[in-house]
Amino acid sequence: MPLLMRVDSKHEPTKVDTMTTKTETSSGAHSKTRVDFLLIADMVEPQARVLDVGCGDGQLLKLLAETRNVDARGMELSQKGVNACVAKGLSVIQGDADVDLADYPDQCFDFVILSQTLQATRRPKEVVEHMLRIGRKAIVSFPNFGHWRIRLQIAFSGRMPVTENLSYAWYDTPNIHFCTIADFAALAEEIDANIIRAITLDRFGNRVGVNAPWWLWNLFGEQAVFVLEKRTASKTLQP
Amino acid sequence: MADISISKGIDSANVLGSSIQFTEDEPLRLDAGVDLAPWVLAYQTYGELNHDKSNAILICHALTGDQFVASSNPITGKPGWWPEMVGPGKPIDTSKYFVICSNVVGGCMGTTGPASLNPKTAKPYGLELPIITIRDMVRAQAKLVDHLGIDQLFCVAGGSMGGMQVLQWAVSFPERVFSCIPIAAAAKHSSQNIAFHEVGRQAIMADPDWKAGRYFEAGLQPTKGLSVARMAAHITYMSDEALQRKFGRKLQERSAPTFSFDADFQIESYLRHQGSTFVERFDANSYLYVTRAMDYFDLADDFEGSLVRAFAGTTTRFCLVSFSSDWLFPPSNSRTIVHALNAAGASVSYVEIETDKGHDAFLLDVPELIVTTQGFLNAAAHARGL
Repeated sequence: MPLLMRVDSKHEPTKVDTMTTKTETSSGAHSKTRVDFLLIADMVEPQARVLDVGCGDGQLLKLLAETRNVDARGMELSQKGVNACVAKGLSVIQGDADVDLADYPDQCFDFVILSQTLQATRRPKEVVEHMLRIGRKAIVSFPNFGHWRIRLQIAFSGRMPVTENLSYAWYDTPNIHFCTIADFAALAEEIDANIIRAITLDRFGNRVGVNAPWWLWNLFGEQAVFVLEKRTASKTLQP
Repeated sequence: MADISISKGIDSANVLGSSIQFTEDEPLRLDAGVDLAPWVLAYQTYGELNHDKSNAILICHALTGDQFVASSNPITGKPGWWPEMVGPGKPIDTSKYFVICSNVVGGCMGTTGPASLNPKTAKPYGLELPIITIRDMVRAQAKLVDHLGIDQLFCVAGGSMGGMQVLQWAVSFPERVFSCIPIAAAAKHSSQNIAFHEVGRQAIMADPDWKAGRYFEAGLQPTKGLSVARMAAHITYMSDEALQRKFGRKLQERSAPTFSFDADFQIESYLRHQGSTFVERFDANSYLYVTRAMDYFDLADDFEGSLVRAFAGTTTRFCLVSFSSDWLFPPSNSRTIVHALNAAGASVSYVEIETDKGHDAFLLDVPELIVTTQGFLNAAAHARGL
């Protein structure tokens, strides 16, 4: 989870995160949950089979298991993340989205989620294609590189942008494939996927106008959450 | 599924702990196509079985292990072989779970093996004992579980050959295994694995004291051969980095090479020590049988070579662990199993632990192993209502 970290985490180096909100989990404890997690949880149907790719310490999977009663599975690259997940009782395997998604059979999940990980993959297009192959629907959340603050930084400083949420310098960032909202919409078109839903959030975690045009989203959305579905009906594929 | 009334073996206890004597009428059907009867299964238990009989954990031991997983070994006087994992407050918590561990069939710690008396000849079996398989070992353990009146094991756990038995349990008796932890395991023995075992077996058979397996009657032990077998095998349990770190090219209690074939190097002295202590506690013929069982292991064999089919429909919760520097049962072996479990839609967790301790890491103090298995077992216990 390179970009947005939980601010209340005791174990992770704290990254500035302006987009958390207080929620109550079933365990009764107040904890801050990322706004994009809440949005994603809202999009997942109860009792669904869910794979969270790049599930970090399992916060989203736990939220989904507790609030949506889903069959939650995860894949995470870091040993520390996997350990944290397994210790929470989540079924998580150590794996690399770029390599290991290929081993899942077609259409074995209802939802495959990639939250704030797309920009850190080596082959984002193939990753999203695999997500649509193994899941009925793919949910992708990512930081929008078309946000006006980023545009301004490049335009006026002439340097690679470093913002609160994109806090790495160009030479040490794990985020090697940034894209804008417009880029992602174009990718969906290219891989023959329908955008079922798209939501963007401004830097305060508020939704950018639902009926606003794409260019406005691309300018003011700091984060985007897309739900995709393969355009050609997947009914011919084996379950 | 056999219930307790079918398995009427008689309990007894001796220096090697508890055992069940199965009579002529209670044979163990072997993969070799013959019945083993009468036969004995030696085992140890730790902790208390709860009222529902739902808190039992079966531990499967590795090639040269035994039933003394958490108590002192009566032959060597050494403490139990898995102290980091089993005991009060450990991941396999003996104050919470009822822990069972039995000596494998073909072994030499009380369960029927090649050193046991063949009732037909009143002499040790030697090579007259039929070949034993991992499936046979599991079938024998199932008889013990029946005998203890347990329908479903809360967990089956083990490393290396123990991990093979764990996987076999999950495939042979899926409804009797609520969760399982195969560590540093593989779904089949590789060509390289078989090759190393063959070296060990040939070393034993080349010892003139082996006497075609009838050394007991001659009052002999093929200690040289067994010792060399153990030395060769021991190298495969450690990583190159660990050997370098521990021994490097350091000399053994001398300042210069002796220009002889003495154990000049510490690694030589270490291996010789491993070999000579091993022969005091292990039977050479048992070594032949148990290594052979591992060689014959191929979990997908009964499923036209498809591991996915082997796991189809399983509801068992799996937690696989491998070690980065294990070149005997490398992480790729575990990943193959994880992929098959994913394809079968099974509930699976998998951790590849970064360590230079090699295959033996599962027996050593590796904090990530403890954290992972503890978390997995706690969650499974919650799901099981324990």
